[in-house]
Amino acid sequence: MKDAATRFGYSVNKDRQIDFDNNSHDIALRVAAAEPTLNLCISCGTCAATCTAAKFADFSLRKIILLVKRGEVGGLEMEASRCMLCGKCQLACPRGVSTRNLILQINKALQTSKL
Amino acid sequence: MKNKHVAVIGAGPAGLEASSLLVSMGYAVTLIEKEEESGGHLKRWHQLFPNRKAGSEVLAILQNQLNGSASIEFNKEITSVKPFSGKFIISTSDGWVTHADSVLMTTGFDLFDARKKEEYGYGIYDQVITSADLEEMFKTEDSLKIRLGQQPKRFGFVHCVGSRDEKAGNIYCSKVCCVTAVKQAIEVKELFPDAEVYCFYMDLRMFGRHYEELYKEAQEKYNIQFIRGRLSEASENKYGGVIVKVEDTLLGKPLKITVDMLVLMTGMVAPLVTSRIRDLLGLTKDEDGFLAPSDIHLSANICEIPGLFMAGACSGPKTIGDTLADARSAAVAVDKYFKN
Repeated sequence: MKDAATRFGYSVNKDRQIDFDNNSHDIALRVAAAEPTLNLCISCGTCAATCTAAKFADFSLRKIILLVKRGEVGGLEMEASRCMLCGKCQLACPRGVSTRNLILQINKALQTSKL
Repeated sequence: MKNKHVAVIGAGPAGLEASSLLVSMGYAVTLIEKEEESGGHLKRWHQLFPNRKAGSEVLAILQNQLNGSASIEFNKEITSVKPFSGKFIISTSDGWVTHADSVLMTTGFDLFDARKKEEYGYGIYDQVITSADLEEMFKTEDSLKIRLGQQPKRFGFVHCVGSRDEKAGNIYCSKVCCVTAVKQAIEVKELFPDAEVYCFYMDLRMFGRHYEELYKEAQEKYNIQFIRGRLSEASENKYGGVIVKVEDTLLGKPLKITVDMLVLMTGMVAPLVTSRIRDLLGLTKDEDGFLAPSDIHLSANICEIPGLFMAGACSGPKTIGDTLADARSAAVAVDKYFKN
């Protein structure tokens, strides 16, 4: 039955809703502990606008920060690894978020959560 | 000038402040109040943004400076205000009548009735309350702790309830709710340091001095989280928690989260007494229901009827500071009217 459903193109759509209650907030807690300026982000997007990597690849620190805060970290590793650590965003951030260390800490937390 | 009589309608912050100024200028003042005591909404407010000054402290100063120098008529519901040969005749439902040379409207605002936003569950679910309810709870030590029972895990604050919502009949921004949510979120964190607090907002309008700093403090010191999106609905789970549905518009994804208590930031609406007096006098009806001054820049306290003035939130949402400044400005306008 399952096989038939799959072959005929029928399947249950994957829920794309953020299930905040059941998502793990472990990464967010660890990143916030290592780099408390995570909480200062106001999602203005200045970092993404100035980003060198974003010109060539799908990478937005603003979005990554939100995904981490919501516990939506599945599949985030690839995107988070695209940062070239040039530090331009840190010069641009109006809220004084330590963006360079933040992305390092996010990458580190994502790596170690796999182990 | 000494024998001129000014009737001030509403003994809230605007009425109290304007009255004490008018008295000091030498006018006879009668304050007409619908409740049994003065203070308006301020008497139910625990602390004021952005510096957390006690509402009772501000109110006591306003009441004390008047110190019996104006007569206050309590429990008076105004049924009629009529211009009559350069004067005004004011009558109330209990048959009381007074004549005044000038009338100052300080009728303030009503809080939006949160039950109208049925989908948020106010009056249906126990743990959905309004910002005004929360403020009352802050006034009584431990009442919030008793109400919530065990250690609460999560609180949610919903911005713009009844504001910026044409479906609710109000297109305008109530101005004070954003910063009030930030202030109340901080107070909740002080009471429950281990709880998580989420604010659901459309825009954060931190327009006043030190408001943005308070918002930053909420993020930095209290770890309060802000999620941009307007609630579609709230529902109760079997444990009495409130399930919130919202779109995280910065991620473009719907989000579901359960909170132990949901606080609705109810906006300001024009009270019935304002529209009653406005209609009785045939004043211009502004779409939002608040009184329309002749000119919002140059004559914010004056309208088309000579001798009739306005101050405070009856001409649109205002902070306490704005209200008091507006009241002083109205007193000067009244004085100018009599001197000309």
